[in-house]
Amino acid sequence: MTNHFVDYQHTDVFLMIGSNSAENHPQSMRWIGKAKRNRGAKLIVVDPRLTKSTVYADIFARHRPGTDIPFLLGIMNYAIQNNLYHKEYVVNYTNASYLVNPEFGFNDGLFSGAGEKNGRVTYDKATWQYQKDGETIKKDPTLKHPNCVFQLLKKHVSRYDIKTVSNITGIPEDVYRKVCETFASTGAPNKSGNIIYAMGITQHTTGTQNVRAIAMLQLLLGNIGRPGGGVNAQRGESNVQGSTDLAMLSHLLPGYLGVPNATKHKNLQDYIERETPASGYWKNKPKFLISLLKAFYGQHAAKENDFCFDLLPKVDGKNRTHMGIFQEMMAGNIKGFLAWGQNPAVGGPGASYERKAMEKLDWLVVVDLFETETAAFWHAPGVNPQNINTEVFLLPAAFSYEKQGTVTNSGRWIQWRYQAVNPPGEAKSDLWIADRLFKAIRKEYQSGGRFPDPILKMNWDYDIPGHDEPDVEKVAVEINGYEIGKNEPLDSFGKLKDDGSTACGMWIYTGYMAVDKDLNVPNCKRRSREDSGLGSFLKYSFSWPLNRRIIYNRCAADMDGNPWDPERALFKWDGNKWICHDVPDFGGGKPPRESGAAPFIMLPEGHGRLFASGPVDGPFPEHYEPMESPTENIISKQQAAPCANVFKGDWAKLAELGDPNYPIVATTHRTIEHYQSGAVTRSCPTLAEIGPYMYVSVSEELAKEKGIKPGDDVWVETARGKIKCKASVLPVVKPLIVNGRKVEIVGMPWCFGYQGIVTGPVANDLVPAVGDGNTSIPESKAFMCNIRKA
Amino acid sequence: MFAAPAAASEVQTAANGNLAAKLTKLKETFTVCSYCGCGCGILLYSDGERIVFAEGDPDHPINEGTLCPKGNGIIDVYNVVNRKHKRRIINPRRITKPLYRAPGAAQWQEISWDEALARIAKRIKKTRDETFEEKDKNGITVNRTTAIGALGSASLDNEENYLLHKMFRALGIINMEHHARL
Ligand code: SF4
Repeated sequence: MTNHFVDYQHTDVFLMIGSNSAENHPQSMRWIGKAKRNRGAKLIVVDPRLTKSTVYADIFARHRPGTDIPFLLGIMNYAIQNNLYHKEYVVNYTNASYLVNPEFGFNDGLFSGAGEKNGRVTYDKATWQYQKDGETIKKDPTLKHPNCVFQLLKKHVSRYDIKTVSNITGIPEDVYRKVCETFASTGAPNKSGNIIYAMGITQHTTGTQNVRAIAMLQLLLGNIGRPGGGVNAQRGESNVQGSTDLAMLSHLLPGYLGVPNATKHKNLQDYIERETPASGYWKNKPKFLISLLKAFYGQHAAKENDFCFDLLPKVDGKNRTHMGIFQEMMAGNIKGFLAWGQNPAVGGPGASYERKAMEKLDWLVVVDLFETETAAFWHAPGVNPQNINTEVFLLPAAFSYEKQGTVTNSGRWIQWRYQAVNPPGEAKSDLWIADRLFKAIRKEYQSGGRFPDPILKMNWDYDIPGHDEPDVEKVAVEINGYEIGKNEPLDSFGKLKDDGSTACGMWIYTGYMAVDKDLNVPNCKRRSREDSGLGSFLKYSFSWPLNRRIIYNRCAADMDGNPWDPERALFKWDGNKWICHDVPDFGGGKPPRESGAAPFIMLPEGHGRLFASGPVDGPFPEHYEPMESPTENIISKQQAAPCANVFKGDWAKLAELGDPNYPIVATTHRTIEHYQSGAVTRSCPTLAEIGPYMYVSVSEELAKEKGIKPGDDVWVETARGKIKCKASVLPVVKPLIVNGRKVEIVGMPWCFGYQGIVTGPVANDLVPAVGDGNTSIPESKAFMCNIRKA
Repeated sequence: MFAAPAAASEVQTAANGNLAAKLTKLKETFTVCSYCGCGCGILLYSDGERIVFAEGDPDHPINEGTLCPKGNGIIDVYNVVNRKHKRRIINPRRITKPLYRAPGAAQWQEISWDEALARIAKRIKKTRDETFEEKDKNGITVNRTTAIGALGSASLDNEENYLLHKMFRALGIINMEHHARL
């Protein structure tokens, strides 16, 4: 989230799309309620289902799964056509005025530079670049030049008029017009619009471009970096923000540093030269990387040996994302697997395939609280344990309040939580398990082995004499960063060096363990309600980076430093200095004209990108139908996302367009009672009791047509498999009119499995193994199925 | 949608001190909810052995004393009420000992931590050593194994994920993912 939950109180209009906050982020809903009550805020909810969130909505737009881009581009078109966008913001803070290569073009669903590789479109991005005069980017602040970003955007979105959007999405024209009017009203300089999203936006083959479309709409309306505004990805787990920051991901090192890649980085110098931009805050990347190497390899890391850069494994250019890994497992190329606190047997796309793939493993280690479906895959219903030769270890872990440490919430607040009780029986904290396992591995390597250096040289010293638990504060200080030779946690990543004199496990958290001088506790342990009036709560916990509560916050004021709305003045220039209610992210508070010249500090050009050459699939979002769709794409001849990652095998089997066997659109969702795959909550009696059944929501019309009554058992079938569950017949889902034809939609929660107090079939068994071209996130939110009475 | 248990101080006024007296005998611990990304503050009350009560922290800026059903049910992970004996017992579904399942076996068997860690370490070493690549076919130093996969977790603390990251990279693992991809 660019903003944070308490800040929602400042919003004028909420656009909630692909998120059901009332069930999945209930606190967010409470703050939305406050804004509605206290400032008359409006709430627009866009969802295929009538959810608990829609109950609070001023406008409910029921759209077809997989049509978020037309929905969002249509609002941009409306705002541009009716001159409702935030002109001053757009001219000064975005790249709208930049001139793009005159050869750039778009034709019938494809951008210029399209080529083909392995049946998939790949782009040569040469024409997607800015025009330059030497090093200076050419601009037209009048926004009139035909090659300027603004004109290109205007032309691109002009195809998404209200009628076309209505046809594709299934939202009636009058409802959609109302949405456009209401949300575009936040283009007024003194208004703030907040877009809230979650997995309904990301789990698509166009997931990255869906998010891009949200960010672009917010830039166009001047809603980023401001109280009550923002691009607010509400994250599903208590620490998914933290685990993402810490890069439990194949393509990253902690702090969003790209993982070394054998095809690009021979050595440290190569990495630094290729990955460090000349301008923007990332020009400090070498300081962050070398400090990380010092944290990892300690005294072994020296200038002469590239700070042990070579000890880090390099990726090979193969798809090593979740689905790529399970495909490799099925192929027998992965022999051993550690599933640490995650349950892919339920949560993975094509989950039945993932369970099958696990049978190919020599060994599997599961670390969890309960015997999850993943731990139990070898005795799942219908599986004969005798046929499975995988050795399985299940290690008992401690729960959140049976240990201590920090978690980072969706709004980037890093909070320390304390231990209430000891773990039951012999259960241990994950910190203890990681520490002891690594020591056991090291012991094995004492008697030799293949190149043990990366293992033996890893800096690993967290013992407290006389204590069983490793020193969690010591780990935290290492993440935070310190000067070598001193143990004081640094208070700013501005102090990190590239000469090996600082160590820092993850630069973006620097300061979280630094001591607050007034409160005399590390910043992440602060619990002071002191506040200067806008709800920034700067003395409560620590918000990365550098305790900033709203990022890109220079945009909260105009070029002269006046807040867009005096009532919500996050920053104001008083002629000599800034009056601050947040930590400025503009170079310690540079004067307004200077800081306003490049408010998006992480980007080399310093301006928000309405046009971006980063994504593999285009500088602008474009509508493509989901890989399985009930209709032809009416906006271009390119039916589905041209750069999507389609995996191999049965789990990626797709229904053809128009296949009469699978005429119904399916989507998945969560419920308030269960957490993710249900691995924890289905083993808790209170929650199991209030969320006992797996079900599929069908419309009243469809139920009538198929002779299904509420509570009947039904089969839900896709090209990949089928599941049996109960039918819920309510106006939760309704058929939509799409391109002139009636389309039925069904929805299923994905929190059930075969373990726990309450059990049910796994909805993810039905999801196809197709992923976004940029990220390989699976398309769990839109696929085709059929339904019949069991 | 919200159940907002009153803070201990309010209960004292409302119930003339009765419940508060009971609460004051308990240890109060601040925690942050383990479920969604909202980050609600929760106060847990325990008698040293069992957690008897959880309430939203009234002083927490985000949840201001309120909790949703998941947060309200958070003590169940540790202990549940045994209806027959009317007392709290450890959630019987929790795994409380390391378990091992041999190839083809139909049952788990309990093993000690030492045994479990040593055996796992041997499996990891064997797989790593059999598949480790120091250089790729172009002669670039890669120091990796493609034969081990690992998932970290959005349910773990930051410090735990950090140690996992260090361990996995030390082993040369490049098949490393977690919830955020899904
Ligand atoms: S109590 Fe509910 S809203 Fe709060 S963090 Fe937990 S799951 Fe989220």
